[in-house]
Amino acid sequence: MAILTYREALNRAMVEEMEKDPLIYLMGEEVGHYQGAYKVSQGMLDKFGEERVIDTPISENGFAGIGVGSAMVGLRPIIEFMTWNFSLVAIDQIINSAAKMNYMSGGQFPMPIVFRGAGGAGGRLGAQHSQAFESWYAHCPGLKVVCPATPKDAYGLLKSSIRDNNPTIFIESEVLYGSKGEVPEQEYTIPLGLGEIKRKGTDITIVTWSRALSFAEEAASILEKEGISVEIVDLRSLRPLDENLIYESVKKTNRALVVEEGWPVAGFGAQISHLIQKNVFAYLDHPVERVTQMDVPMSYAANLERMSLPNANRVADTIREMLR
Amino acid sequence: MVLIRKFEEAAAKAYSVGKIGGFLHLYIGQEAVGVGSIAALTPHDYIVSTYRDHGHALARGLHPNPLMAELFGKATGVSKGNGGSMHFFDKNAHFMGGHGIVGGHISLAAGIAFASKYKKEDSVTICFFGEGAANIGSFHEGLNLAAIWKLPVVFICENNHYAMGTPEYRALAVKDVSVRAYAYDMARDHIEGDEVRKVRDHVKVAVDRARRGEGPTLIEVSTYRFRGHSMSDPAKYRTKEELDAYKKKDPLMRARNELELGGIKPDVLDKLEIEIQTQIEEAYAFAEASPEPPLSQLHKYVYAEDK
Repeated sequence: MAILTYREALNRAMVEEMEKDPLIYLMGEEVGHYQGAYKVSQGMLDKFGEERVIDTPISENGFAGIGVGSAMVGLRPIIEFMTWNFSLVAIDQIINSAAKMNYMSGGQFPMPIVFRGAGGAGGRLGAQHSQAFESWYAHCPGLKVVCPATPKDAYGLLKSSIRDNNPTIFIESEVLYGSKGEVPEQEYTIPLGLGEIKRKGTDITIVTWSRALSFAEEAASILEKEGISVEIVDLRSLRPLDENLIYESVKKTNRALVVEEGWPVAGFGAQISHLIQKNVFAYLDHPVERVTQMDVPMSYAANLERMSLPNANRVADTIREMLR
Repeated sequence: MVLIRKFEEAAAKAYSVGKIGGFLHLYIGQEAVGVGSIAALTPHDYIVSTYRDHGHALARGLHPNPLMAELFGKATGVSKGNGGSMHFFDKNAHFMGGHGIVGGHISLAAGIAFASKYKKEDSVTICFFGEGAANIGSFHEGLNLAAIWKLPVVFICENNHYAMGTPEYRALAVKDVSVRAYAYDMARDHIEGDEVRKVRDHVKVAVDRARRGEGPTLIEVSTYRFRGHSMSDPAKYRTKEELDAYKKKDPLMRARNELELGGIKPDVLDKLEIEIQTQIEEAYAFAEASPEPPLSQLHKYVYAEDK
């Protein structure tokens, strides 16, 4: 078992897939000569050349459209957004073109494309560079939405996303790029739509994904010392969603808390909360609760940013309240 | 051209009696642009169209039956009823869709051309759009990317002088769209769209240039739609005199005159028109008689089958 960073795991997944399939290419701002704004594509230009690791001018809408058009005729593009904040100028191509092409053509045009890049909030990047957008994309049928939290998951899920014949929104956590974890040496994939119990427990279920997993884990460790046993469900992908994993856990613990990096209103946690209350209501000893970012744009000020983001203490406090 | 005209006249009739829903944007008046442009292509080339796509699809040789059935929302439609008027698709014919978001498809066309270059195939993609689309970001981004990578694509601006109800003088800082090619160091052309052979010849020059690897061209074709923006638009923003002046330059009349001058007897042409009328009536009957999509189709095609 090798110890890799999250970014190295992503790099390994792309390199291995591109070695196998010449139809796959990587395109985005600074992916080539600069070696990737976050160094996820380090070394790939040397390996694959300018024909397959393609630097673009700053024009997200344009190169997202290039990706979609090329996927219509059989290429398998990986389109990197330097950050998901910039994807908003390409959202027309993602939603109006990529997500609907197969449906509105009556099944004639599968869309084997991955949109990937850095997402999430934090690091004192201010309002325009610090936000979690998975709820926006998970809203749209036709897209798959993947949010890995560990190097091991990042590797296996990216490979599955690249092999999928549907448009995949692959949101990497900017904060996690340097985080390390065990990644098996032999090749493997993780099917999209398969969550994982990251920690077993009996008193309450935390449903989470991506960086928010770390808040959940920290809170669980704090609470363990107080005799509270927390189970953590890492969804890993929001579309498709591993609903049964959530239900089985809630049936056991009888309580559920969703922890997410994004805003609360119309956030994905609201959907999970609805599903739990609709499908396993009889098992609940407490209403489903949520810990999210505050309902404000991100402030630059360090203290306000800290206050705005979810964290382990807020998660622990909410759980204590729920178990009282 | 006659097939397009009669197809759309029949579609307008079907719309007015509620057999066709949604928006219906007719191409009547612009036929020479699509027919001339597509006549410059081989079957390996690709066509990307707008929400005004009936004419382009018929010019590509798609059969009127599945097109009319698509307008009727039937299972036999070219997009199985999931597309409608704005979303004709036919993969086998390399007809890469009618697209409903103005200008968004311009970079898709560049992407198809990108794939041809990537796969070292010699296909050329042509992309139709209106002058309204020339003001949106996707136009500029698509043209810039096509130019820096010398993609085999021809951008054809069908300037019908109105973006819905907004006339070009209120929307374009410089009225000649084709000069925007200079901003991207791209070849350009500007032609009148009422002569079908002239359109074909000019587009052919651009298609050949693209096929030789010499990069994209922006062609502006001046044309006019005789109807409103869509069936629901009475087009009160323009004068009757203006419309009448353009109707005198009807590309169908012009083409017929040329054929007659070339020695084809009027009765031969009349007979051909009657045959086309029969074909359209058959398409109408086919669409009417076709079944609606099965309800099981609602969830089908949201996601493609696994690889």
